[in-house]
Order: sequence, then structure tokens, then C-alpha cells
Amino acid sequence: MNANCGDTKLMRPNSVVSGVARIGAAAAIAFGLAGTAMAAEEDGATPHYPLNHPRQQSWSFAGPFGSWDLAQLQRGLKIYKEVCAACHSMRLVPFRALEELGYSEEQVKAFAAEYTVTDGPNSDGDMFERPAVPADRFPSPFPNVEAAAAANNGAPPPDFSVLAKARAPERGFPWFVFDAFTLYAENGPDYIYSLLTGYQDPPAGVEVAEGTYYNPYFVGSAALAMAPPLSDGVVTYEDGTPETVDQYARDIAAFMMWAAEPSLVERKAMGFKVMFFLVLLAVLVYLTKKKVWAGLKEQEA
Amino acid sequence: MSGGHSEYNPRSGFMKWLDDRLPLPRLMYDSFVAYPVPRNLNGWYTFGGILSIMLVAQILTGVVLAMHYVANSAMAFDSIEHIMRNVNYGWLLRRLHANGGSMFFLAVYIHMFRGMYYGSYKAPREVLWILGVILFLLMMATAFMGYVLPWGQMSFWGATVITGFFSAIPWVGDAIQQWLLGGYAVDNPTLNRFYSLHYLLPFMIAGVVVLHVWALHVVGQTNPTGVEVKNMRKETVPFTPYATIKDSFALVLFFILFAWFVFYLPDFLGHPDNYIEADPLKTPTHIVPEWYFLPFYAILRAITFNISIPFTDFVLIDSKLGGVIAMFGSIAVLFFLPWLDTSKVKSATYRPLYRQFFWIFVAVCIGLGWLGSKPPEGIYPTLALVLTIWYFAHFLIILPWLGWVEKTKPLPASIADAVLAKKPAAGASARPAQ
Ligand code: HEC
Ligand code: HEM
Repeated sequence: MNANCGDTKLMRPNSVVSGVARIGAAAAIAFGLAGTAMAAEEDGATPHYPLNHPRQQSWSFAGPFGSWDLAQLQRGLKIYKEVCAACHSMRLVPFRALEELGYSEEQVKAFAAEYTVTDGPNSDGDMFERPAVPADRFPSPFPNVEAAAAANNGAPPPDFSVLAKARAPERGFPWFVFDAFTLYAENGPDYIYSLLTGYQDPPAGVEVAEGTYYNPYFVGSAALAMAPPLSDGVVTYEDGTPETVDQYARDIAAFMMWAAEPSLVERKAMGFKVMFFLVLLAVLVYLTKKKVWAGLKEQEA
Repeated sequence: MSGGHSEYNPRSGFMKWLDDRLPLPRLMYDSFVAYPVPRNLNGWYTFGGILSIMLVAQILTGVVLAMHYVANSAMAFDSIEHIMRNVNYGWLLRRLHANGGSMFFLAVYIHMFRGMYYGSYKAPREVLWILGVILFLLMMATAFMGYVLPWGQMSFWGATVITGFFSAIPWVGDAIQQWLLGGYAVDNPTLNRFYSLHYLLPFMIAGVVVLHVWALHVVGQTNPTGVEVKNMRKETVPFTPYATIKDSFALVLFFILFAWFVFYLPDFLGHPDNYIEADPLKTPTHIVPEWYFLPFYAILRAITFNISIPFTDFVLIDSKLGGVIAMFGSIAVLFFLPWLDTSKVKSATYRPLYRQFFWIFVAVCIGLGWLGSKPPEGIYPTLALVLTIWYFAHFLIILPWLGWVEKTKPLPASIADAVLAKKPAAGASARPAQ
């Protein structure tokens, strides 16, 4: 791409005086600028993270009619409970929300009771421990951020409650324009899936710091302080789904999206009704408008 | 035109009684029913109505959010999540309010560009235009402070960067910044005062909107020809039902766009880092404001050099202050637009050269917005400087100059003439294509 054409157009107004140049000039400026900037990006010295863009997956909850795959969310919960919860908190999600994954009230009660939470003070002024109830939230594995950092090589494992929405690497121009039409909004789960399946040996000549693991999908740098948390077979699936890292990564990413945006399906369902109503209303108002203005023309005729 | 005669006829005894004591229904009738509008207004004239409705919508959703929101640095982030998860339809309210802010700005930018295209700021509408610029400033302040409330990383660091501008002011800057923040850094006192002001300013906006509409009704609307109304009966129609139904149609279309974002892309216009709770010890890699501030952010960062007295080391304006001056200047210059544009002809339809420069200006603003989202490295600051220079040159050089040199097309004798001339190919010429 010729990087300079935009600038010359910009600096010489007399070259755009012709009638057709109107839109042309705008486009030339935009493309010229984009060209210059992209050239700059390529030879730029500072690397931009993530090194690799997330790999796009297909999700049951994508698109205007998306909905959760409840079996997948249940598998994700199992992975969270058996693997990730050792390090990652999910402090904003109450147990009662698990009913949305298709569990009965009784099952949720039993699930919550497996956890212990601190309550109190009681009438003697002492804190005490008791089994969790559905109204409680998931207890955190560490008492505070400092403890979490100390146990993890200085990098506290982030809370899962909204993580799937907090990691959505910028798509950049022109992709974000297309996204507005294709309704692509799954950058978060794509990122998590790509990260969990993206661990690899660093390329020759690249050193990673002690206690960090090379991963070109990590948003912060080239390596992160979390060892690959998944390996084939670590979590047993009862429904015959393959017990592979790839499948685990999909399931936990979907689960994390649910945790971050439990209203997602309700939102999209309502969105359809609202759109239907608005389009209908638009047609009716348009016809009314035509009629009202037609009356004006008759008056004159 | 509300200054003149009134066509209001109280229908009932009670209305007659009220009209003699407080003629509020008369005011409403004259302003929103009988008010005459040029009959040739196109779709770009519907955005004022859309803005009024959006203001009401923001206030309504905001007041309900405020019932659940907690303005405390330790609880604000969680209280937003509480709204999203536990409050009935809280997720909807929050999405409407957050995306509503964006839609508000989209509408105001179209509204302002409309004004520039049709020369709406020219006599006798200077005060109307200036009130509009004041509204724009108030909106910017409101949205900036609203964005701080969720207390995410971008809230916190955005506030830190923006309030940092004030420390660029010589001598008194640091004191002003501390006074604004209520401390040495953005913290709980900052959040509290921003919340208070975020609640207050929309009502001040509503007050200025009243003045804006009042001024509008005194001088009347422009129209795509830029020729003033000469024959009221032939060239205008009563606001109701003609403009009301047209505005309603535009509003419904605008709501479809709004709903598209609220229901399908609720986080598209936001920054993912705002889902990370504010952490004063961790600076995000790129601090970027909301999209609607990006052009101004680019202008701010375009000034990367000090301005010194030539041949000495004495710095008159350092780069930081220079950026702040340029940024505020880019809005301040709008106040003077009515006098910077020296052309007698209002509408760009009859100004072939201005029309070209108008579209270049639109492209420059979009280009600046795009540069504002880029890190200030490599070629970007240079490009931003070029576009910043163009931005100011548009107002300070091109507009005054065009008034002298431009050969404008012959104006129609009246709106009626123009409408008649255009009947066969209706809407083909005056409408700016998007
Ligand atoms: C042994 C502790 C440990 C376990 C178990 C663990 N993680 Fe992590 N995780 C970490 C640490 C530490 C970090 C912070 C890494 C950093 O910032 O360098 C982290 C970070 C992350 C991140 C955020 C990366 C980013 O973009 O900042 C994700 C996503 C994540 N973990 C997912 C998972 C999932 C999913 C599981 C369960 C399958 C899991 N983790 C299990 C310790 C753990
Ligand atoms: C001019 C009109 C207004 C604009 C442009 C505006 C804009 C904004 C913006 C951009 C946010 C941040 C949204 C987010 O990221 O979550 C916000 C938040 C908020 N606003 Fe407003 N607002 C307006 C009016 C009001 C009013 C009138 C109230 C209250 C009476 C209000 C109350 C709130 C509250 C409580 C929040 C925090 C909750 C949240 O972040 O969703 N706003 N506003």
C-alpha cells in the first residue's frame, strides 16, 4: 500500500476541488493514514501483546439467538471446582446461581454444603465456620491478594467472576467494523480457550523469566506465571465427552462466560422481542408519517 | 416565533381559568404544536428531538441505577456487579445507561455536523449555536464523571490522566488538581464528588436545553436551502403533526441502533479493562478514553514539543501545557465559528468549495478519533499533529478565506421555489450522503 497518498491529498486542498472528490478525499485520507500506520506498526520496536490473536471458536451462546449448552456449563463447573478453584476465586457468584446450569434446588444445596465459609460474629463475639448455603458466594482460596500473590510467584491469580469480559483483546480496524454487523462478541471465551491451549516452547533465542511459562496468547507479556493448568484426563467426564485439554478449555471458557454474564441468554431473547417490536413500530410510524404528509399535499392541490 | 401571536384557544373552562393565571398549556401549545417549521427539513434535522429523548432516557435509567449504586471506592465495582446480577432487570438498566451515553454522543456529533453543513450557526442563530456548544461541554463533563463511577481500571486511570491536565497550568496547576481530586490522587473523595456532579449536571443540561429550544423558537429553524422563511403559510408546517411524526420515525430507527448495541453488543463500545477493579498500583498498558473523546485525546497528545522563545532555552509553553491548550482550544474555537465563517450563504448545498472542505473536515475528525485510540509511538503522533493542524486551519484559515474566494451557486428565491424546482427528483441533491 502506498503510505503517502493520503497525506499529499490532505495538504493540497486544490487537488480535491472537483465534484467527485468529496467522498474520494475522505476515503483516501482514511486509507492513506491506515497504510502509513500499518507500515509503522510492522517495523515498530515495541512488541504488542498478545503476540497471537485469539483463535475464534464456535460457541453455542454466540449470535442473536445464542443460548447456553447446559451440559457444557456443568462440565465447566466441574473443571472449575476440581482444578482452577485451587488458585482462582469467583467471589461474586452465589451458589444459588448454579440453578441456572440446570441443577435442582436440592442439588445446589448439597453442592454448597461441600464448601465451608466463615460466618459471625456469634453472640459470644467469635467468628465460626459452617457449611455454605445457596445464598453464600464461592469462598476464595486465599484470604487476600497478598497471600494469593505470595503463593504464586508474585502474580495473584485473577478472580473469575468477570474475567471473561475483562479479557477481550482489541480487534483493531477494520475488524471491529465487521464485528458490529456480524455481532462477534466472544473475544473473551476465545481468549481463554486460546490461552489454555496455547502453551508452547519458547522460540529459539527467547528466554522466559524463572517461574513463568511461554504463551503467545497471553495479553500481558510473552509468558505468564500460571503453569499449564490442564492436561488430558485430569477431570473425569461422566457424559462421555472427550477428556482432552482442547475440550476442557472450551468447557471452562464457556462456564467463565456464564459466570461473567449470567444474563446473556435472557438479554438476547429480550433483544429479539424488542427488535421485532421496534421494526414493526417503525413500519407503522412510517406509514402514518406518509399519510400525514400526503394530507398536506392534497390541501395544496 | 413564540414571541409573536399565539394561536392557543383554551377548550374548557378550567383551561381558560388556568390560562389567565399560568399560561403553561399555552406555552406548550405554541412550542410543540403550533410552532411553524420549514416544510423542507430532511432527516438530519431529527437529531435534536432524538437528543432530547436520550437526555430523558439517561436521567430515568440513571435515577434508578443510583438507587442501587454505592459511591465508595471499596464498594463501587461490586455494586455495579450487584446491579448486573441481583437487581431485577439491573443488567438492562445498566446496559441502557452505559450504551445510552454513547448513543447520546453519536447523536450530538451528527447534530453538530448537520449545523456545520447547513450553516446553522450564522446570524441570527449565534446564541443558539453557543448554547449548543455549552451543552456539548456539559455532556462531556457528565460522561467523563459517569465513566469513573464503575471504578474499573479505565475509570481510575482515565480520571488520573484527565485531571492531570490541570497540573499543567503554570503556578496554580497542582493546587487546582488537588482541589478537584480532594487529595493528591484519585481516590474515594474523587469518586464521591464525581458522583454528586454526575447526578447534578444532567439537570443543568436540561436547563440549558430549555434555553436552547427557546432560542430556537425565537429565530426558527434553518432548512437545507439556507434561505429564511419568507411566506409562513406556504413554506412552513405546524410542528404537530408534521414534525412530530417525522421525528418519531427517526427516533424509532435510532432506537433500533441503540437496541442493537444494548442487546447484542453491550460491551462493544466499552473497554474490557473496566471489568478489572481499579488498582492504583497497576497502570494499564494503554490508557484510552471512551470512543467519543478520542479525537480530543489525539489532539491532546499531538503536541509533543515545547514552544520556546527562538534562539534561547526559555520554554514558554511546555508540551504538556501545549497539549492541554490545543485540546481545550479545539472546543473553544467552536464558540467563534459564527464569526469565523465569513460567507453570507448558509447551506453547503450552494457552496461547492465549502462542501468539499466540510467532508474533509469530517474525515479529519474521524482520523483524529482513530489516532486517539493508538499508542503515541511511531508515526502516530506526527499524523495526529498533521490532522490537528488541519482541524484548526479549517476554522481559522479555510473558513474565513472561503468566504472571500468562493463563488457560490445562485440561491433559490424562496423555500417554496426550491421545493418546487426539486419536486421531480425529490431529495436527490441537498442530502449529505453518509
Ligand atoms: C496453581 C495455581 C493455578 C491454577 C490451578 C490455575 N491457575 Fe490460572 N492463573 C494462575 C496465576 C498465578 C495466574 C496469573 C498469571 C500472571 O498474571 O502471570 C493465572 C491466570 C489465569 C488467567 C488470566 C490470564 C490473563 O490474561 O491475565 C486465566 C484465564 C486463567 N488463569 C485460567 C485458569 C483456568 C481456566 C484454570 C483451571 C483450568 C486455572 N487458571 C488454574 C494460577 C493458577
Ligand atoms: C447527560 C446525561 C448522562 C450521561 C451522558 C451519562 C453517562 C454515563 C456514563 C458514560 C456512565 C458509565 C457507564 C458504565 O460504563 O457503566 C454513567 C454511569 C452512571 N450514571 Fe450516568 N449519565 C447521564 C445521566 C445520569 C443521571 C441523570 C444519573 C442519576 C440521576 C446517572 C447516574 C449514573 C450512575 C449511578 C452510574 C454508575 C452506574 C453504571 O456505571 O452503570 N447518570 N453515566
